Order: sequence, then structure tokens, then C-alpha cells
Amino acid sequence: MTKPLLQVEGLKKYFPIRSGVLAKQSGYVKAVDNVSFHVNEGETLGIVGESGCGKSTTGRMLMRLLEPTEGKVTFDGKELTSISSTEMRKARREIQMVFQDPYASLNPRHTVEKILMEPLIVHNIGNAKSRKKKVHEFLEIVGLSSYHAKRYPHQFSGGQRQRIGIARALMTNPKLIIADEPVSALDVSIQAQVLNLMQDLQKELKLTYIFIAHDLGVVRHISDRVGVMYLGRMAELATSESLYEEPLHPYTKALLSAVPVPDPEHKREQIILEGDIPSPSNPPSGCTFHTRCPFKMEACTSIVPKLEEVKPGHFVACHLYNEQVQH
Amino acid sequence: MAEREIILEVKDLQTSFFTDDGVIPSVDHVDFHVKEGEILGIVGESGCGKSVTSLSIMGLVPSPPGKITSGQILFKGKDLTKFSEKEMRKVRGNDVAMIFQEPMTSLNPLFTIGNQLVEAITLHKKDWNKKQAKARAVEMLKLVGLPRAEELMKDYPHQLSGGMRQRVMIAMALVCDPKVLIADEPTTALDVTIQAQILKLMRELNERLKTAVIMITHDLGVVAETCERVVVMYAGKVVEEGTVDTIFRNPQHPYTKGLIASVPDMRHKKQRLYSIPGNVPKPGTIKNGCRFAARCESVFGRCTEENPPLYETSANHKTRCFLYDQKEVEVHDKTAATS
Repeated sequence: MTKPLLQVEGLKKYFPIRSGVLAKQSGYVKAVDNVSFHVNEGETLGIVGESGCGKSTTGRMLMRLLEPTEGKVTFDGKELTSISSTEMRKARREIQMVFQDPYASLNPRHTVEKILMEPLIVHNIGNAKSRKKKVHEFLEIVGLSSYHAKRYPHQFSGGQRQRIGIARALMTNPKLIIADEPVSALDVSIQAQVLNLMQDLQKELKLTYIFIAHDLGVVRHISDRVGVMYLGRMAELATSESLYEEPLHPYTKALLSAVPVPDPEHKREQIILEGDIPSPSNPPSGCTFHTRCPFKMEACTSIVPKLEEVKPGHFVACHLYNEQVQH
Repeated sequence: MAEREIILEVKDLQTSFFTDDGVIPSVDHVDFHVKEGEILGIVGESGCGKSVTSLSIMGLVPSPPGKITSGQILFKGKDLTKFSEKEMRKVRGNDVAMIFQEPMTSLNPLFTIGNQLVEAITLHKKDWNKKQAKARAVEMLKLVGLPRAEELMKDYPHQLSGGMRQRVMIAMALVCDPKVLIADEPTTALDVTIQAQILKLMRELNERLKTAVIMITHDLGVVAETCERVVVMYAGKVVEEGTVDTIFRNPQHPYTKGLIASVPDMRHKKQRLYSIPGNVPKPGTIKNGCRFAARCESVFGRCTEENPPLYETSANHKTRCFLYDQKEVEVHDKTAATS
């Protein structure tokens, strides 16, 4: 068994809502509310959920691009949430991020060479000559050519830009890559290329991924374990095999059945959820899913369900699997 | 099922954009038809011309630089490309209506939902009074499954969620009982659980109102779940056409095969995804030969020289690929027999 590379405990992010002339604080948006998980070395943890569920906020807090309101993040034995911002900057050498929009995340005024060299300069790695060599090396690794170094981002297609984004994340030889919707802006045929590239790189460079996405098919394909988030909380966390074959949480079941399958013969019982996701500024009491849940019980409206291990390695936060609450 | 009549037919349509870099045919000699009450899917990746095709039907291609340079769009036998702007205005909404991808930007934020629905009705039903129009608007909101329809009439778009806004858009499009509804990526901006609601609604409305739907999407899952027939487009051309069953069970064009294989399947895990090498060509860059030749695994001499026609491989299946040319099939059979 491999050891956890990243340990997250009770992570919270409350954004204050200010209103009125004096900007008095009138409440909170609970974007992430008490989320705990760990990531083992060399594995891929997928985080799925619909818009507003807090998956991106979680990703950003792990790198402290957003300061957590509460909670502990331990990376490779070091507690990231208690160190100073200068130290954090150094720690980011080990944790890098790939962003969703390959159009917005690359500076249009810089050449690819400059974009890729920047992380090396920031972290003071090598000299001018070795940096240049490394840029060319990594361009080849992600499937581009060294002659691309002198070009500008607008001269590349979406898929190629995402490759540059991945190369930039790899420049400092990180251990952990947080990929926030890395393929959702790409066409299907290009998406497959980038997913394959990410898998190859993981094997070659022994990377650990946190893969944040809303596409359930993509997440299953790339992940070893998957966490499902709903309204700032982790609803279910299991190996991808176990989660997709035997989902336990009613939300996961509905989510999986809602995805259109590219096979006209595929028949299944579709669970169509009523209504919309409630606002995170005024989340429902108890289990946040109870307003849309077909199996709602009395306890669900008042008691917040804890994420508990129901089967080995399969965690779920639902009262249906908690016998004490049921009886 | 009785043979349904063709309600909309696109014949040899070519829509070009006149830019500084020359004339770029975004839609290049495209043919397809929609039958009454049918759901037709048009799939393809970005830049394949699927949206320009739909805008051409509605007469909404931005001009300049865009222009329909050849072909016909026949609605009940009448050619829409010959219509004046004034005549087109009567067609839009009345006969052919459209819903767009972004439910956020296609509603006016300054007017209430009721205001916008009533406007759409009074523009087309000149003899209706305000009360009738309002009653019709409420009826439509109820039809698309929106709760508390009367109160919603007084709400502004920002007060609604994305899924509700898309329902309002559908209500607005159906307000005059159009015969054809063009839906351009209607669920792309929505979450999966909301997407499932909207797709279900569209299927139900199609059954109830018998409105033909042209569903434009990049998502093969959406196609498999809603459509009866599919048109696959690549770089401005129709590359394959057939019923949903034949396209998914027996795809013929190498592009369609590749596209289906590169979608990660949620039901089982593949070790490695198939991926089509290379990128979608820029429109107008390929003058000769098959547009897919540079990325195709089964490419051979003829592909880069001649433009393949659409071969009819069975009663309701057409493919634009030389592999299905009778001559090539014979040659192949002969070499296979001698070797």
C-alpha cells in the first residue's frame, strides 16, 4: 500500500456576503464545507460534481491560491495550511496546476519559451542555457516540437495550448498536479489525445493527479478513486470501479443515470431529479441533498450525514446507510 | 409507421464567408432533410459548420461577411434562400424556430419573462389582443413544466436558474406552433442533471406537438438518446448520414468510427482511449481530396486527389468515403482472392 501524498482534513471555505451601505456581513456562502480526503502517491483522484459544488474551490485551496477558512492540508509530511506565504511559494514547486481554459491561462504577449521558462525563473532552477534546454525537452515530451518555442499562444489550436499548459505545470518536476477541468474546453477527438498524454506522463514521471471535472465518463477513464461533491460537501468517495458499478448515494445514482450514453441500445432506468441545485448561500439544513432526494427521511432534514465507510474503501454521506439514524 | 413527408430539405447548400484571407466555405455543398415530427441530429466538432448550417436555414448568417453562395433550403417546397428579409421574418418563429446554447445571453435582462413572451406572440399573431397573448404565454410556460407560471411572468431572467431559462427559451420558440425547431447545443451550458430534464422535456414535446427538431450538438450521448436520424459533419461536409442505430452500431466513415471510439465510456473502463491523430483542418485549407485524408488511418492514393461523393451503402445509410465505392470494393475483393 502506498502512503498518502496529500491529506486533507475538515477543509472549509466560507465566502462572506456583504450587503448594505456599510457592507455589513449578512451571511456566508459555504462554498466548501468540511471536506476531508487523501491522495496516495502515484494515483489519480477524480473530483466530480455540478457547477457550484465547490470542486474548483477545493482545488484552489490545496495550493492556497485561496486561503481556507478552516482545515488542514498536509502534503508530503508538511502542513501547508500553517506555513507562511513565502514558504508556500516554495512548496508550489511540488504542486502545480493545469487550468480549464487554454485560451485564458496563457499570456498572449509571451512566446511559449517565455511562458515555460517562467516557473524555472521563479523557483530559481538552473541557468539560462539549461532552462532553454529544458523548455525544448518538455515541448517534445508533451508532443510538440522545439521549433514551437518561438511562437505565441494564438498560433496554436486549443489542444496544443492545453499541451503547453501541461508542459508549464511539469517544468518544475512537481509530484502533484491539480488539473481543473483540463479537457472540458476541447473537442472529443482532441480530448482523447490530451487524456492519453496525461496518462502517459503519469506513468513516465510518476505523477499524482487530482483531476477535477464535471464529465463523468472522462473522470472514470482517468481516475483510480473518485469523490462526488454536492453543495460544498463530499457525498461519496470510492474507487472508480466501485463508485460507477455500485453507487450508493442517491445523488450519485441520479448523476450517473443522467449522463447520456452514446449507445442507442443502452436501456436504463433514468432517475430524473426535480428542481435545481439550491443556493450555497442558503443551503438546506441537514443533508444538503434532501430537497431533491427521492429517498428523503425525517432525519435528513435535521442531521448532517457524516462521510462513513460502508464497504472497504467506499465512503458515503447518507443516512440510508446509517442504521442508528434509521431506527 | 406511415411514411412521413419531408418538411425541410437542404439541397447543395454552400455558405461562404468573405474574409481578408479569401472566400472560406464554412458549409460546403451540404444536403439533408427533416421529416415531419422527426428528431434529426447534426453532430460534429467545433468548426465543422453545424451552427452555420442552422443559421443559414434561419436566414441569420451575419452578412457581410457571410453569404449563402449556392443551394436551396426548401421548407414545404418553398425556397427560403429566395425570400426577402420581410418574408423571412414571417417564417422565423411561425414555421421555423430556434433555441440557442446560452440561455443566459439569449434573453433580454431588462425585460420580464412575460414581456418577452408576449412580444413574441403579438409579433406573429397580429389579431390577438393582449389578454389572449398573455393567456397563451402562461399556457406555454406550463407546457414546458415551469411551476407557478403566473408569477414567473413578472420575473426577470436573472431570477431564474440556467435550466429554467432554457425552459423559457423553449416556451418562446414553441409559442407559435412552429413545424421545425432548431436547437443549437441546447444543453451544453447546463449541468448533467438539468440536461437530463431538458432532454426529456424536448422528447415529450416532440411527441405531443409533433414538431420536427433539428438537434445540433457535439455530444454523441445526446444524439444517441434523443435522435432518430443523424448527420455527421466534418470540415463543412456531411460525411455520414443514417439512422441512429446504424450510425452507432455500424459506423462506416473512418471519422465517425474514430469519434465514437474516442468518447470515454462511463460503463466500463478502457485501458487507453482511441484518439484521432492531428487537428481539425482550418476551413478552406483543403481544396482537393477528402477533408479527413490527413488524419485518416485507411487513406490511399485516391483520397488526396478526388473529392469523394456521398455513397449510398444501404437504404438509409450514406457515407462520403472511397472505401465504399463499388469499384474499390471490387478491387479489394479481387486482391483478397488472389493473395
